[in-house]
Amino acid sequence: MDTASIKALIKRGIPEAKVEIEDVRGDGLHLAATVVCQRFAGKPLLEQHRMVHAALGSHIGETIHALQIKTRVA
Amino acid sequence: MDFLDKNDVFDRIRKDIADNDVVLYMKGNVAFPQCGYSAAVVQVLENMGVAFKDVDVISDPGLRQGIKDFTNWPTIPQLYVKGEFIGGCDIVRDLYASGELQDLLRKHRLIAD
Repeated sequence: MDTASIKALIKRGIPEAKVEIEDVRGDGLHLAATVVCQRFAGKPLLEQHRMVHAALGSHIGETIHALQIKTRVA
Repeated sequence: MDFLDKNDVFDRIRKDIADNDVVLYMKGNVAFPQCGYSAAVVQVLENMGVAFKDVDVISDPGLRQGIKDFTNWPTIPQLYVKGEFIGGCDIVRDLYASGELQDLLRKHRLIAD
């Protein structure tokens, strides 16, 4: 799955979020998402990541090969 | 995987995380990690000098899916401390960088003060 599609999925699930996807090795396979969202405030990291996983649905661990996730409140 | 197999896998996971203070579900093992993210978590744990049990999910397809279902977490590696799910590679690295992981292990007396 390409970076634009992943970004769109996350934005659809968490519309308030600012999302950036980086192609870490330039191979289109090892990607890193930075998701910045006020809704993460006060939530444990695990829950923040679960919100991103939920947005990606069954793609994560399947059609998305390897995605690092970094969440921040602002 | 049918229902009975899944119960067996869940029982095994429950036993592993009850019997061992720190358990890392990973691709490959400590000596030969099969994935960079698994290797990164091994590196963090070894840096802290904490003893842990490594469980290779590649050699067991039932466990590979089972641990994802058990934790409700879509990726591997997965780290458990004292029976509690801590996170995958990104979270482990974050908690290590902030010192929270060391604090947690000290609290449980798994590393020295």
